[in-house]
Formats: sequence, C-alpha cells, structure tokens
Amino acid sequence: MNSGDTAWVLASSALVLLMTVPALAFFYGGLVRRKNVLSLLMQCFIILCVISLQWILYGYSLTFGPDTGIGIIGGFDWVGLRGVGGQPNPDYAATIPHSVFMIFQCMFAVITPALIVGAFAERIKFSAFLLFTILWATFVYDPLGHWVWGMGGWLKNLGALDFAGGIVVHTSSGVSALVMAILIGKRIGYQERSFRPHNLPFTVMGAALLWFGWFGFNAGSALAANELAANAFVTTNTATAAAGLTWALIEWQQHGAPTILGAATGAVAGLVAITPACGFVNPMNAIFIGILVSVFCYIAIAKVKAAFKYDDALDVFGIHGVGGIWGTIATGLFAEKAVNEAGANGLFFGNVHQFLVQIMLVIVAAVFAAVMTWILFKFVDALVGMRVEKKDEIIGLDLTQQSEAAYTVIE
Amino acid sequence: MKYIVAIIQPHKLDEVMKTLEDVEVNLVTVSNVLGRGRQKGLTEIYRGAKEVGSLLKKIKLEIACNEDFVEPAIQAIIKGARTGEIGDGKIFVSDLYEVVRIRTGERGGKAIG
Repeated sequence: MNSGDTAWVLASSALVLLMTVPALAFFYGGLVRRKNVLSLLMQCFIILCVISLQWILYGYSLTFGPDTGIGIIGGFDWVGLRGVGGQPNPDYAATIPHSVFMIFQCMFAVITPALIVGAFAERIKFSAFLLFTILWATFVYDPLGHWVWGMGGWLKNLGALDFAGGIVVHTSSGVSALVMAILIGKRIGYQERSFRPHNLPFTVMGAALLWFGWFGFNAGSALAANELAANAFVTTNTATAAAGLTWALIEWQQHGAPTILGAATGAVAGLVAITPACGFVNPMNAIFIGILVSVFCYIAIAKVKAAFKYDDALDVFGIHGVGGIWGTIATGLFAEKAVNEAGANGLFFGNVHQFLVQIMLVIVAAVFAAVMTWILFKFVDALVGMRVEKKDEIIGLDLTQQSEAAYTVIE
Repeated sequence: MKYIVAIIQPHKLDEVMKTLEDVEVNLVTVSNVLGRGRQKGLTEIYRGAKEVGSLLKKIKLEIACNEDFVEPAIQAIIKGARTGEIGDGKIFVSDLYEVVRIRTGERGGKAIG
C-alpha cells in the first residue's frame, strides 16, 4: 500500500464529486431559462444522493465485481460492499485500499447520468427523471462499465483503451441523451421564440470548475501519484486549452465575435475528448485532439442539430457524444506505448488493430446505449409519463416540480 | 402639472441626470426596462445559433413637475440623451390629475417638488 497514491486518489474522488455539484449543475443551470434553473440543480444534486447509494448497495458489484461468466456483468459478491475494505484489490489498484478505488469509481457513476439531464431539460417530470436515472445507471452504466473496465469484461479482453471514460461516461451518456431528446420531443416554442441562457456567468463558473475537477477525473484515473498521472494532467490541460481557443476562433470567423459561451463550450468538449486518451497520448498530440474536437462539436451543434431540428436542449450529444466518440477514435490514432507501457500503439504508431478496436468500441457502446435508453424511455413513459403537462412546462419546472423559485423580484 | 416619461439609452443616464439637475429638476424615478422600437434588437449568438431581434435594454425616467418645469425638463433630457442615432428614445408628456405627499397629506403643486 502507498500513502501517496491513496492520498491522491482520495483527493481525486473529491474533485470528481465537485464536477457534478456544483460544476455541472451550474454549467447547465445557467443555460436554461430562469424558471427552470432549480430543476437542473436539483436533478444533479439528487443524482449525487441516489447513485451514491445505488453504487455501494449493488452498482459497484455489478460493474467491478467478479465476472459471472462471459464478460457481460459482475456478480453480487460485493453487494453492500461485502469484502470491499482496506485491503487493496490488485486486479484494479494494488497500492490503494479497495474502498478508495470503489469511492473514486462511485463519483464516475454519479456524474454519468447527470450529464444526460441537459438533453431533456425544461420539460421532464421529476418522478420520471428519477426512475429513469436509477434504471439507466443499473442497466446501461453498470454493464458497460463492466465490459470496458471490469476484470473479465469482454471489451477489456479485446484490448479496448478508455483511460478515464470516453466510452463508459461520455459516449454512453451522449448517445442516450440524443435518444431521450428525440423521444421526449421539443420544448414548447423551440425554434419559434428565443431560448436564451438566463445566467451565463453561472455557466462559465461551472465550466471552469469542470476543468478543475477533471484533473481528478483524468489524472486520478492513473490510480497512483506517478508519471502516468502527471502525463494525464498535462494532456488534459493542453487539449482543453486548445479546444477552448479553437471554438472561440471558429465563432470569431463565422459570426464576427468570439463568445465566452463558445470558449467554455469548447473547453468542456476538449475535456471530454482527452478523457479516453489522456493516459495514452503525449501532450503535443493532445493539441490535435483538442483542436479537432471543437471543429467536430461545433459542426454537430451549429449545423447538424439545426438541420435535423432535434431539441438536445443543452447539447449533451453535441459535446459529450461527439466529443467522446472522437476522443475514443483519437486514442486509436495517437496512443503510444512510449507514454504508457500498459497501453498500446495507435494507428499513427503502426498499429491498425488498435484503431479498429476503438471503432468497434464506439459502435458497440453507441448501439447498446441507444437501444437500452429507448427501452427504458418506453418503460418509464408507460409507468409514470415522461413529460410534464403543457401548463406546467410553461409555468416552469421550478414551481411545478420543486415548488420553489430561484429568484425573487421583491425582497 | 405634467407627468413626463422618457425612454433613453442606458449609457446616457448619467448625462441626463446631470442636465436635469442643471435645470433644478431633482425628483426622478429610474427603472431598467426592455423595449423595442425602430432600432429593432441586436443579434446574439449562442453556440452558433443566432437570436435576432431580442428586446433592448433601455432606461425609463418618470418625472412629475409643475408647468414651469416641463419645457426645461424636456430640453434637459434631449440635451443629455441625444446622440443622433436611431434608438435614442422618446419622451411622453401627459396631464397629471393629482399629486399627494404621503408624509404631510399636501396635495397638488405644493406636493410635487
């Protein structure tokens, strides 16, 4: 056991918690209209409560528990954290207590469904959201996490590279978000009236805190305070900087002005794209990953979404889906064993096989997430109804779902 | 007695307050308002999506005054608020039926200043 490693992973766990609340909550909260800001904060906050419990009760066991046979799902051996204590589990992290690895992973399980809430923002019924979230964590996140990261997981055995969650976290949530946005339908008045962000300073603060917390997400995924963590830290900062700058420049060229929302959006896209790659690529290649993710995500949001007219309210697919897919493919291009001996070389280092594995990984995760989300939507919709009444949507979710208001007009 | 309502550009408020003070019109109520006139709105861009013609931020001044102060107040507002561009705003003047000072119960012209 190593006290330095343990300290770093514990600190990283707290950093990743901060990514959900307040970072993501305020990133999203600022983007919605003022009548809905609390509903977004509440959804992020309650996910932290609910999935933390789901994880220690059975989620961790399904995801990382001993495989039940053919790499599909973990068993119930570690339900209620049975046997998950101070002794390290050498299969996952030999130098830190098993419980530290577990709580670090808990924060990933928390933020992933929280990312999706941006897609159905401003129109989902709270009860339906809560039920969907628990089911999604159980039937999408836990199996997919097991496939890619769990001992004996079938994608892990095929050599899939996903350092910190480009597939498990971002591609899965991004694709699910697109399915949810299409199935739940557009917000009333979408593309007829202006839907302007009610508090961009919140959004910028949220993006900046995401950047900060992401060092725990990515560098913490080294599961040790070592060279690999340092490389992940540097590549994360580099790709994010390149992506934030690129988005601002694209807007400047396209619209004559660089916006802070654009720079913040680009930075988050950069964080997403470097996530699967950060422990496998060098900092120079991280620049390419960052520049290109802003190009791809900008096209996805400003052109593709506009053309197909789906209401992915806060661009979860456009940022996390597209960014996660690009990052996973980029890992297959830029990965090199000189950075991480335990990884693999990518296409640009002479290994076509790894590139094909990464492509397959994207397809498997996207299809699985899409199909499962479609089933879960239909199930929850039939059970409690997914969308709020028209009147409630117009009044706003803060008053109709949470019975409170964010801002007062008179003291 | 007249009731003057003026809609002006936000960045001209300080100048208008100064020019009103110069003609001894000290009592004024100010509020932030949104509106749209011939100037239409400005274009805003959110993640590549253009939002055209949103309402513009303006300042509304409300002044109640006796007849002698009406023309000086109008001239002062024009002097302070005018840039010559579209969007400088408007001044509306209407008759004022009654004024009551809450503290003393005084009415009419005495209560106004």
